[in-house]
Amino acid sequence: MSVAIEISFTLNGRLVSARIPPTMKTLTMLRDRFGLSGTKYACGEGECGACTIRVDGKTQNSCLMFAADCDGRDIVTIEGLKTPTGMNPVQKAFVEHGAVQCGFCMPGMIMQADYLIANNPHLTRQEAQRGLEGNLCRCTGYTKVLDAVESAVEQKCCGQC
Amino acid sequence: MQEITSYLAPRSLDEALQAMATGDVTVFCGGTDLAPQTEAGVRRYSTRLMNIRRIENLDGIEEKDGVIRIGALTTISEIRRHPLIAGAAPILAEAAEHFASDQIRNVASIGGNICNASPAGDMINPLLVLDAAVELASWADGAQQKRRVPLEHFFTSPQRTVKRADELLTSVTFRKPAADFVGRFRKSGPRPALEISTVSVGVGGNFSGGVLRNARVAFGSVAPTPLRARHVEAALEGCKLNADVISAALVAARSDAKPIDDVRASAWYRSHLLEVFLEEVLHHVRGN
Repeated sequence: MSVAIEISFTLNGRLVSARIPPTMKTLTMLRDRFGLSGTKYACGEGECGACTIRVDGKTQNSCLMFAADCDGRDIVTIEGLKTPTGMNPVQKAFVEHGAVQCGFCMPGMIMQADYLIANNPHLTRQEAQRGLEGNLCRCTGYTKVLDAVESAVEQKCCGQC
Repeated sequence: MQEITSYLAPRSLDEALQAMATGDVTVFCGGTDLAPQTEAGVRRYSTRLMNIRRIENLDGIEEKDGVIRIGALTTISEIRRHPLIAGAAPILAEAAEHFASDQIRNVASIGGNICNASPAGDMINPLLVLDAAVELASWADGAQQKRRVPLEHFFTSPQRTVKRADELLTSVTFRKPAADFVGRFRKSGPRPALEISTVSVGVGGNFSGGVLRNARVAFGSVAPTPLRARHVEAALEGCKLNADVISAALVAARSDAKPIDDVRASAWYRSHLLEVFLEEVLHHVRGN
């Protein structure tokens, strides 16, 4: 039996702790230990972006991240994006532009789009396209996703508003 | 599954090297290679797992006495955006630009990309063009021991290097290129992102008056290791980059490349692509 590791970290603004095996991935911990099923498991090898989360302000694939490395860090998942009044502006833009079909890739798409906009308030459509290269959608395609991102940029919103 | 008896997350290099001195440690930083490799069963964990991401002073990019040093923990995103790299070694920023995806670039480290020792490693090719060397540290006789290995001699076979199990790659260094240095990189794959190169080509050298000097050419994914294409370099050295010289370089490339058939491409296709890309990159250098 492998050693268990005690970690504590900030999860969507709340201090939490967990006791996990050393090889557990952050995605598994978020879904199975914290019940945060918004972050999706799809390819499991960093190719599709469905499991994108924000760690200390930067996005990464939670399927590739060792859960042990969450210790002491600031983790934000799709559940953490909501504001006291409901969806955040990026989420709203995705809904308004019909950027969602089956919806499975959406949490990752929105996390990445939110990150891109937060770091570049003047994000162009082309920059959005490059920034979302690590997020795959297998049904709707990308046109409406980019429309949504463009519109969110126009509203000058960011992840923190 | 292999039993892991301890998980280490050292804050200092001394601590990390002391732990490695007794062997049997799996080291990771971002984990973007280790995670899929272990999940797929192509790599096993040692009994101890060590996260080196928190070691202090092992990241960052700096220039000192004409030498650029990139700490092992520096992420690909940092290299992609760093003003020193953009100014002095844009070929490295260019490779970072085409490396995986944003989510992976944000955590993957330069040290990890080198130590993974893939023949397709994206950052390795431009570092070979820059004639880089790696610094390896270990612990013996109560102190840090260091040695430098030219990157060209670092790789021995796919996923294998001259680095011993008790050694940690701490930095990669290269001399800041002169003002007339031109470097170009091209990798291929069926899509622009998240692509493991089918072929990569890097060319660099001092270019003035149409003549290429100190020519350095690197190939990826066409041999068991990333390599310096010495025959191509010889064909280019000190020559005016005209159509005849470029043709001779393409012929020479056949002596440097030893491609194989695998899941990504056939050997024939790789050889073909290599010539196409080398020609393209040489034309880019000439047009500079």
